[in-house]
Amino acid sequence: MFGLSNLCLLLVILLNFFTLGSSRLVACIRAVALQGALLALLPILLHGFSPHAVLLATIALLLKGIFIPWLLLRAMNEVRIRRDVEPLIGYVPTLILGALITAAAFIFADFLPLQPQHQGGLFIPTALATLSAGFLLLMTRRKAITQVLGYLMLENGIFVFGILLSEAMPLLVEAGVLLDLLVGIFVMGIVMNHINREFSSLNTERLSALKE
Amino acid sequence: MILFLLALACLAGGGLLALATYSRPRLAATCGLVGALLGTGFALVPALAVLTGGGSLACDYPWTVPAGRFTLLLDPLAAFFILPIALLAFLCAIYAIGYLQDYPRPTALGAHWFFFNVLVAGLLLVVTAANTVLFLAAWEIMTVGSFFLIALEHRQTEVRQAAWLYLVLAHLALMFLFAFFISAGVHCGSLAFADFARLAQLPEATATLLAALAIAGFGVKAGLFPLHVWLPDAHPAAPSHVSALMSGVVVKTGIYGILRVVGLLPTAAPEIGLVLMLLGGAGALYGIAMATLQRDIKRCLAYSTVENVGIIFLGLGLGFYALRHGQPALAALAFAGGLLHCWNHTLFKGLMFLGAGSLLHATGSRDMNQMGGLLQRMPWSGTLLIGGSLAIAALPPFNGLVSEWLLYLALLQSGLPAEGFGGLAPLLLVGVLGLTGALALVAFSRLLGIALLGEPRTPAARQAHEAAPSMLVPMCLLLFCCLAIGLLPQLAVGLLIPPLAELVPGAGELIAPRLAPLAEFGRWGGYLLGGLGAATLALLWLLRQRPGALASTWGCGFAFPTPRMAYTGEAYAELTRNHLLPAVLRPLPEGSAAVSGLFPRLVSRLQRSLDPILTRLYLPLVEDIAGRCVRLRWLQQGRLPVYLFYIFVTCAVLMAWVILEDHGWRGIR
Repeated sequence: MFGLSNLCLLLVILLNFFTLGSSRLVACIRAVALQGALLALLPILLHGFSPHAVLLATIALLLKGIFIPWLLLRAMNEVRIRRDVEPLIGYVPTLILGALITAAAFIFADFLPLQPQHQGGLFIPTALATLSAGFLLLMTRRKAITQVLGYLMLENGIFVFGILLSEAMPLLVEAGVLLDLLVGIFVMGIVMNHINREFSSLNTERLSALKE
Repeated sequence: MILFLLALACLAGGGLLALATYSRPRLAATCGLVGALLGTGFALVPALAVLTGGGSLACDYPWTVPAGRFTLLLDPLAAFFILPIALLAFLCAIYAIGYLQDYPRPTALGAHWFFFNVLVAGLLLVVTAANTVLFLAAWEIMTVGSFFLIALEHRQTEVRQAAWLYLVLAHLALMFLFAFFISAGVHCGSLAFADFARLAQLPEATATLLAALAIAGFGVKAGLFPLHVWLPDAHPAAPSHVSALMSGVVVKTGIYGILRVVGLLPTAAPEIGLVLMLLGGAGALYGIAMATLQRDIKRCLAYSTVENVGIIFLGLGLGFYALRHGQPALAALAFAGGLLHCWNHTLFKGLMFLGAGSLLHATGSRDMNQMGGLLQRMPWSGTLLIGGSLAIAALPPFNGLVSEWLLYLALLQSGLPAEGFGGLAPLLLVGVLGLTGALALVAFSRLLGIALLGEPRTPAARQAHEAAPSMLVPMCLLLFCCLAIGLLPQLAVGLLIPPLAELVPGAGELIAPRLAPLAEFGRWGGYLLGGLGAATLALLWLLRQRPGALASTWGCGFAFPTPRMAYTGEAYAELTRNHLLPAVLRPLPEGSAAVSGLFPRLVSRLQRSLDPILTRLYLPLVEDIAGRCVRLRWLQQGRLPVYLFYIFVTCAVLMAWVILEDHGWRGIR
């Protein structure tokens, strides 16, 4: 069981790098969808086939793995963007930064005061690495769609944390995470729509025109 | 306790139904009204049971919020505050039927009723919550609910500004409360109020600091003197039944908080009581002096709220001071005066705001210089307003006199036996209280004289109509309660014994000898009322026997007097403005200079009575801070990635900080 979950987590980290390094939007969306689907497996792998874990896994799979990526793909077809040109920081530097941050996450996780059963596992470093990779994506890309992806990735990181806590604080953490995610999608959707209508482009850089 | 939970459920259900049916205003209003009436009715029963029978009710349910529990405790002190909340909310809800009947935007009323119910539920929760998280949540529900109620007429700029000022100040206060509750929670190792008893062992300096934090936080809501600045703007901006509720009970939650919290800190410096007393005295004098200057009737009433809150704090401060100095009998007397004044203020200020709402509804203006002669056109509202003014100016046989009499008694008792300069402060405060009473007479005779008497000053006032019965009945009931407390004070003070015993152990026996004269007090009030009634009847009979010539009121011997010759509000307040207020507090007239020359040009002069504390102290301060903050504008790049970077850096720094806290700097090395 533990081996399988570690494999999942490693794949998640690899997908982080893939998303950071790829410029094709469709591939990025698919990578994030796959990451969501992998994360949906984790509650079952960690806690076994309890009803609570199954419920959580199903919801996560439906939302993270299917619904939101489908929404994003549809949005992409509507606005006809294929690739994110000219990110603020190039792809290679982003990848290097991502690697550095992931390494930092692994080192940092060692210092955290953890419960004995979480000590040494891959969960905390993966959570931290995914979180920061999401942040990196949010900070360096210009298109609203990539930023939604970054936000999703950030939420994935939080979700990994939530799985660890799901025994101590049942339902609260997960409900919070899933709700947060929905809210994020809605907000970004609104932002995207507005940018589309007002500035006829999906470039968030144009938002700075709103600066006071 | 089941009844109390049922009350909360009724309020929530009624509010939600009103919100859901907003597109059908009549249905929404019915839902909201029924919810509010049922909820407040149900809440009255357990409160009365606790006040008359003693003991307390409690319930405790788990709650999924971290460190929070749904713990409610209905002890006598909570019951003491639930009673006015439920009563006034019940009457305000009835009043709102008539007041909102022909409101121009009926679809906004669904949300209005929703927030009304939310506010009442929040108020009930605030006074019963026994867990910090629940308390702060209820406090916030109450603040936000009242914000939306104030902002009903949000299309007017001044209403929006007033609502924002309220919201900003309320949240500033919330920061103090957070600081207080978190540090108290850290000291006690728990966020339940039951465990806060451990605060009694704090050293004096810490306890004083905590008490100061709590007083600053709750004082904003209560309208304690230098923190009252939101009150005079917010009350006139709100619809009248909301102003009545805000002034009558929302303000009281601040007093509740201070009572609850300062009692937990017995080791705080005794000067805390003295400071509260002095601030209360200053607020009373300042509030009533400003009230005499206002031409907006609701603003005048709002300043009178500042005055009354000052009087209440005078009593409570004296109580804390005496308790700390080992004089429980004196403390019981002072607390009794302060607490009774809380109830009285709820009753008469509710009545006055509802009455002012009737005048506003009839004439379409809040400016008393636009009214005049309304007593003839609105005899019921006018008479009720006169009754309320008598009560608020502490004249017999109404209730204001009883509580102020208790306070005078307590002040004299603390001042007279003291040796040297010890008794100076209480005795000076007796003078302040006396001066406040005199000025209250000026302020309310001005309000009644300019608005109700004389000739109508505008066509709108000439066509004023009497208020609807649904507006008059709540006012009648409030006046009846005022009179009942005035005539039977011993019963009202009897109800106060359980909450008093919570503040001062053994208060029942201590205060008993003081209460003997109260029954006599009420009896003389009864004689006075009977005598006045008889004299009125006799005069009416005489008038009918010998009808006199009809002449215009305040004609002053002019052949063709016009309403513009009558006294204005400003003229009546000349004494206070020119001879009582220090120059810093005087309102400055705007406009061109004095008339000069043989053929003077047209000059215009305008006097607006803005709050001097707000305009001359807080606003310049805030502008100064804002000016200094301009240098930080480079942080605001207006680019999303930069802001995200800030968030990321903050998170990283916080995480690193947590680790370093845990391991210590040496552990890393």
